[in-house]
Amino acid sequence: MIRGRAIEKRYGRKRVLTGVDVAVPVGGFALVTGPNGSGKTTLLRMLAGLAAPSRGDLVVGADRSQVGYLAHEPLVYRELTALENLDLFGRLYRVPERRERIGMLLERFGLWDARSERVSAYSRGMTQRLALCRVLLHEPDLLVLDEPYSALDEDGAALLDRELDALAGARTLVVATHDPERLARLATQRVALA
Amino acid sequence: MGLALVLALIVAPEDADQGISQRIFYIHVPIALTAYFCFGLGAIKALLLLWRGEERYDLESYVAIHQGTIFGALTLITGSIWARASWGVWWTWSSNQLVLFLVLFLFYCAYFMLRFSLEDGPRRARSSAVYALFGVALIPVSFLAIRLASDFIHPTVFTRDGPQMSGSMFATFLVCWGAVTFLAYVLYRVELAGKRLDADLRELREVLQ
Amino acid sequence: MTYLADVAALTRKDLRVELRGRDTLPAMLLFVLSTLVVFHFALPEGSGETAAYGLLWVAIVFTALLGLARAWVPEQEHRVLDGLLLAPCDRSAIWLGKTLATLVFLLAAQAVALPAFVLFFEPLDAAALGGVLLADVGICAVGSLMSAMAVAGRSREVLLPLLVLPLAIPLIVGGVGAAVSAEPERFLLFVLLYDAVFAVLSWASFEYVVTE
Repeated sequence: MIRGRAIEKRYGRKRVLTGVDVAVPVGGFALVTGPNGSGKTTLLRMLAGLAAPSRGDLVVGADRSQVGYLAHEPLVYRELTALENLDLFGRLYRVPERRERIGMLLERFGLWDARSERVSAYSRGMTQRLALCRVLLHEPDLLVLDEPYSALDEDGAALLDRELDALAGARTLVVATHDPERLARLATQRVALA
Repeated sequence: MGLALVLALIVAPEDADQGISQRIFYIHVPIALTAYFCFGLGAIKALLLLWRGEERYDLESYVAIHQGTIFGALTLITGSIWARASWGVWWTWSSNQLVLFLVLFLFYCAYFMLRFSLEDGPRRARSSAVYALFGVALIPVSFLAIRLASDFIHPTVFTRDGPQMSGSMFATFLVCWGAVTFLAYVLYRVELAGKRLDADLRELREVLQ
Repeated sequence: MTYLADVAALTRKDLRVELRGRDTLPAMLLFVLSTLVVFHFALPEGSGETAAYGLLWVAIVFTALLGLARAWVPEQEHRVLDGLLLAPCDRSAIWLGKTLATLVFLLAAQAVALPAFVLFFEPLDAAALGGVLLADVGICAVGSLMSAMAVAGRSREVLLPLLVLPLAIPLIVGGVGAAVSAEPERFLLFVLLYDAVFAVLSWASFEYVVTE
């Protein structure tokens, strides 16, 4: 699914990634670890298709409609409600049976009651859960998650555990995390960045 | 090449027979043409950057536009001197070319503001490239606009100028043009080399740290 | 056609965000009215009626700049623009959606400003109005792109007018000419040409400006 060799990413004079190799088979679960500033986010952005490497090769076997990316930021509109946000992304991703799918996801992540409230009124944990809904909305084959547990409370984390359990094996996952032990049982490989 | 330039400038006044305004013309027009050429070169490099994605085009485009802006400023200055010599005023709105250069000068100054405002990286390179392309699209459109404005909104007071050139004057003109173009080319190469050296030094420093 | 559906969804989103936030449109309205009043005091006695048209265009351009400066702000919060770029829709659709929404805001502000202008200063004929409408398209198309460029950097509020004003000069010539000259068709045609050239350029180059 993913094959990258000697990946390098530079922003002007700043070298963020050097000589990174990564290979993830279809259905694999890769954990990306490394200290802050090691370029985890940059690597994940490249896997998601938001940035291209300055040097090296990177082949991702999924196009934009098949990739779901969870960033540090939730990537949702503050002034819109959860329903409106997911409706917009549902249209852009051409999700079939949009309304049903949105309803189901909101319910699964405990956001159904808050569905018509603006995101600006949400707590950080709720926003992160909405972001997860956005990521899963179009049932992507490749999931790229950047520190998904970071903003979640206990309940949210439990929900995420359940989701990842269900997804592992059925989809390809790349997860950057500061807490690799939590997902060690699911991971099929590790990518450590210096 | 500096020698060639100086020679050309001395030769020109010797051939000129109509005073300072004619002499300035020999420098003013080549400088203007060179500025256009530099902007065009900058746009071509910009297009190559967007198409091929090789980083070096960003620097080449930037240097070309930098040169173009310098020559543009010189065009305005020599044009102003020419206006003073011909009509006794330091500025006139009736010279379409002068007004066009003013607009372009403002546009390309904003180019540098744009580069200054963005952080180094692919974003800055691409935005600069797109802006450079807008620049060359602006040249004909602006020219048309100024034509329309001068014909209908601000009717011309002075007659359009364009000295008729005899054979020897034309030859002098060509020499000047060649000299100015050569100067621009040299400046371009020098600046490009200088900036590349700068970048290489910095990279070396980083690797060593 | 999914492209147009995408554009429609994006424009609708922008209108909705503005309706909720309610900060851009009232500011534009108030700004343009205040500017017109200022112009009354700025124009000396006996300036001639045509001077007012020139000032109208200055007001229009600066009001548009006000709207354009805020155009991409909703996408900056929570980095939503990345979310839009991830979607399989065409990147140029993002630009088109934003341009259309900005155009709606500008037209809304002008719906108040133009009658005010006629009330305070001079009448506007069909040619003048045509010039306004056509130039609106040009300003929004180019401004939308420039705003996306500027928003990624620092000192963005200062940068946007610097980027847009030289590009707006041909539009001002076209607009004023359409209002003032005895042969407005030339100017209207010229603005149409500008729109065609620069809208296509903006449409095609947006993708390069927002991706790396």
